[in-house]
This record gives sequence, C-alpha cells and structure tokens, in this order.
Amino acid sequence: MPTSNDRPPQNRGLTAIVGAMSLITVLLIVQIWLLSAALESFLSGNRHSALPAAIFSGVMFLICLGLYAFVDRVDSEVRGSENGR
Amino acid sequence: MNWLRRGSSGGTPSEPLWKEEFSVRTADERYVTRRQLTKFLVLTSLGMFVGNIWILIRSLFYKVPVYPQQPVAQLGEIPVGGVKLFSYPTKDDHCIMIRTGKDEYVSYSQKCTHLSCAVYYSQAENRLECPCHKGFFSIKDGAVLQGPPSRPLPRIVLEARGEQLVAIEVKG
Ligand code: FES
Repeated sequence: MPTSNDRPPQNRGLTAIVGAMSLITVLLIVQIWLLSAALESFLSGNRHSALPAAIFSGVMFLICLGLYAFVDRVDSEVRGSENGR
Repeated sequence: MNWLRRGSSGGTPSEPLWKEEFSVRTADERYVTRRQLTKFLVLTSLGMFVGNIWILIRSLFYKVPVYPQQPVAQLGEIPVGGVKLFSYPTKDDHCIMIRTGKDEYVSYSQKCTHLSCAVYYSQAENRLECPCHKGFFSIKDGAVLQGPPSRPLPRIVLEARGEQLVAIEVKG
C-alpha cells in the first residue's frame, strides 16, 4: 500500500496546505461567531464580554497567521525541491 | 518532428517545445491560488479581530447616557388597555405606552430590535407585535416571545408625579 512518503513532494505539500487552510477556515468561522456574539451582547448593554472576546479573537488571528507562515514555508520548500529536480 | 521536441530559442535543448511555450504548470497555478486564498482568509481573520477590538474600545469608553425627565401623559388620560404614543428621549425616538391596569402603565421603545419597524399593541393577544416579520414581545417586560428579534424592547421607566406620568430613563 502506498504511504504518504511514496507520494511526490508536491502532493504532500498540497495535502499540508489543504489541512492548514481547513484549520484557518474553522478558526475564521469561530471568529465570525465571536464577533456577532460580542456585538449582540454589547448592543444589549452587557459590556463585560468585550474583553474576553477580543482576547480570544486575537489568539485565533495569531494561530491563523502562524498557519499562513506554515503554508508559505511548505509552499516554498516544495517549489524549491521542484526546481532542484 | 523537431518542433515537438525542442525549443527553437532560449530553452534547454533537452526540453520539449510544449514545456517552453506552455510554461505555467497547472500544479504551480493551484499552489498560487491556494496561497492567495490563505492570505485572504488570514486578512479576514484580521478584520474579525479588528472588529472585536472596536467593540472593546466602544465598551471601554462607554458613557452612561443622561436622560431628561419628561412628562408624557396625565394619570387616567388613557383607558385601561389603551395606548399612547410619544417621543423620548429625543423627538426621533418613538415610544409606546400601554395602560395595563387601573394604576399600571408600561412603556417601551416602538422600534423593533430586529430591523427597526414600529411595533404596535395587540389587545386581543395582549402583546406587542411587529408587523414586518411577525416579531412578538411580552407586554410585561418587553422580552421576545417569537420571531427574528434577538433582544428585548428597550423599556422606558415611568414615574408618577402628582397627576403626571414622567419618563425618567431608558433601560436596555
Ligand atoms: S423588523 Fe420587527 S420582526 Fe423584523
């Protein structure tokens, strides 16, 4: 049975990128929900949820940024190995 | 068949001509698209974060509003089950007052918390109803009974002073 190591590096890179993108999408959905919940609670007069919502949103943005850096690195590695062949 | 095997100028002689002429690889193109999409997703994530920061700043610098004291009706001016419309705190904020008992009055903002249509009092159902998307609110506390609104109606606090009913505050 073929393992992931048998696949060409470009395919493996694509799998990693798709995985990272899916994770970013999930985080983004959570962030959208967080923003709408924070806005809803702000408009109904509750001002205590704004700080935790902003902190969580910031953490999720940083994770997204890290994943983007990962995607960028994998991409250039795969491109490098492609050009080296 | 030489044209099929080799580029006439520039490219490596061992490369077939099609590689030289169609130099964009489908796989590479997919890479760029995905990377661009990832960048777009991360920028959207930044936008969400900025939105949360904006809400945080608004709540940190939130000033408790000072409401005017405004006579809105005479006691006994409307019958039990009757309704009076008035504006409070500014003339653009329309409100509805209902006499629910002999000495009981309730008052709410008339602006539906869904998309700002004017709510009216349904005596048959004893509730406030929004005609736009059938949002219903409780007459007791303005809470949502049914429909798309997610927040209760802001309540106007009334105080009886002598023969007058005075609006003193908006809650919610
Ligand atoms: S505007 Fe009132 S229910 Fe939609």
